Amino acid sequence: MTAAPSAPLAQTSPVAGTAVLGLGVHRPEVVVDNEQICQWIDSSDEWIRQRTGIVTRRRAPAHVSVVDMSYDAAREALQDAGIDGSQLGAVVVSTVTHPYQTPSAAADLAHRLGATPAAAFDISAACAGFCYGIGQADALVRSGAAEYVLVVGVEKLSDFIDNHERSISFLLGDGAGAVVVGPSETPGISPSVLGSNGEKWSAVSMNNSLLRLRDALFDAHTSGDASQLMDPEQRLWPTLRQDGQTVFRWAVWEMAKVAKQALETAGISAADLTAFVPHQANMRIIDELAKQLKLPETVLIGRDIVDSGNTSAASIPLALHRLRSEHPEIRGGYALQIGFGAGLVYGAQVIRIP
Amino acid sequence: MADKNEILAGLAEIVEEETGLETDEVQLDKSFTEDLDIDSISMMTIVVNAEEKFDVKIPDEEVKNLTTVGDAVDYIANAQG
Repeated sequence: MTAAPSAPLAQTSPVAGTAVLGLGVHRPEVVVDNEQICQWIDSSDEWIRQRTGIVTRRRAPAHVSVVDMSYDAAREALQDAGIDGSQLGAVVVSTVTHPYQTPSAAADLAHRLGATPAAAFDISAACAGFCYGIGQADALVRSGAAEYVLVVGVEKLSDFIDNHERSISFLLGDGAGAVVVGPSETPGISPSVLGSNGEKWSAVSMNNSLLRLRDALFDAHTSGDASQLMDPEQRLWPTLRQDGQTVFRWAVWEMAKVAKQALETAGISAADLTAFVPHQANMRIIDELAKQLKLPETVLIGRDIVDSGNTSAASIPLALHRLRSEHPEIRGGYALQIGFGAGLVYGAQVIRIP
Repeated sequence: MADKNEILAGLAEIVEEETGLETDEVQLDKSFTEDLDIDSISMMTIVVNAEEKFDVKIPDEEVKNLTTVGDAVDYIANAQG
């Protein structure tokens, strides 16, 4: 026997088209150059530039939070889109550096933007987070679940690095980028190509979990010996590490396939692109990816990494914003964006530049 | 299938394309890092191009064992065999 409801359920009415309607960023005030980095690790300005392309990275001061940076970027994005915070149906924040397991950065941000009671949630997809967010926003708007969705990619990586290790910390910076996604008569967001490869879970990862720190604090308290808490070799506070060679290989040759798939799914070719905005992980990954994709010389390539370092979920909107500031004529053109990182996870799509 | 001389010649072309080093500098006893000054990122590019050229698989964990050009030539020859 089955239950037989007397009334059919209502479902949302789908919307045909979506687009990115506005873009904004926050670039933190503190500039960290390679000379400063070389006070922490045995390296040189020349070595860092040659291996990574990075000249400076920006880091937020202690009193500036992930939500503060998000708010600044979101305000610019809302203004650029010509809408008010109260019109948002959802707020999505992609980050891995909001320092609370819960509640989310998104709920606080939504409140500060006057977006309450918008749906609000964070996404943990590291350097692919922005592309995951665009995929979510596109789905929310096209399904009719929300009219306007704010997507923020934000990181305060400086809180989760160990300046004295040399696999990844010297690459990383802080920042935020935000976009508003909404309905559009002309299609402005292609199907997202999202994926993961958990076999390489440890290729980019925290060195340990917060539980190890908790246990060490407990041990120190019970034994009365706090010396291990101060031992720099213990590195109890969780910080990022990477296996650079594994990540480089995956980021170039596997991600070139994903980027090609995103173009194919979008129904366009590299010749139709105005810009290529990959995650700003390393200039040599960007260069090699562009080579593998055989991009025409007319395609502008996001190279914000030079001044911003690797800002994980924030890097794509930061790079797109810079390209648009330097080349306002690119508005309305197609940008291929691809994010990839810890998980390992990846996401890519083509958007029309707002 | 290629013999070791052919593998060396093919590998030297890949190294030349990546680094600009002359092919005759790429000899069996040369260390990639110490003698040829090839960094870890360039090494990965060379490995991937070698995989394609010689139709072999060189896993990430094997790359660190390829200290000299001779190590790489031997690995590729065995993988092909």
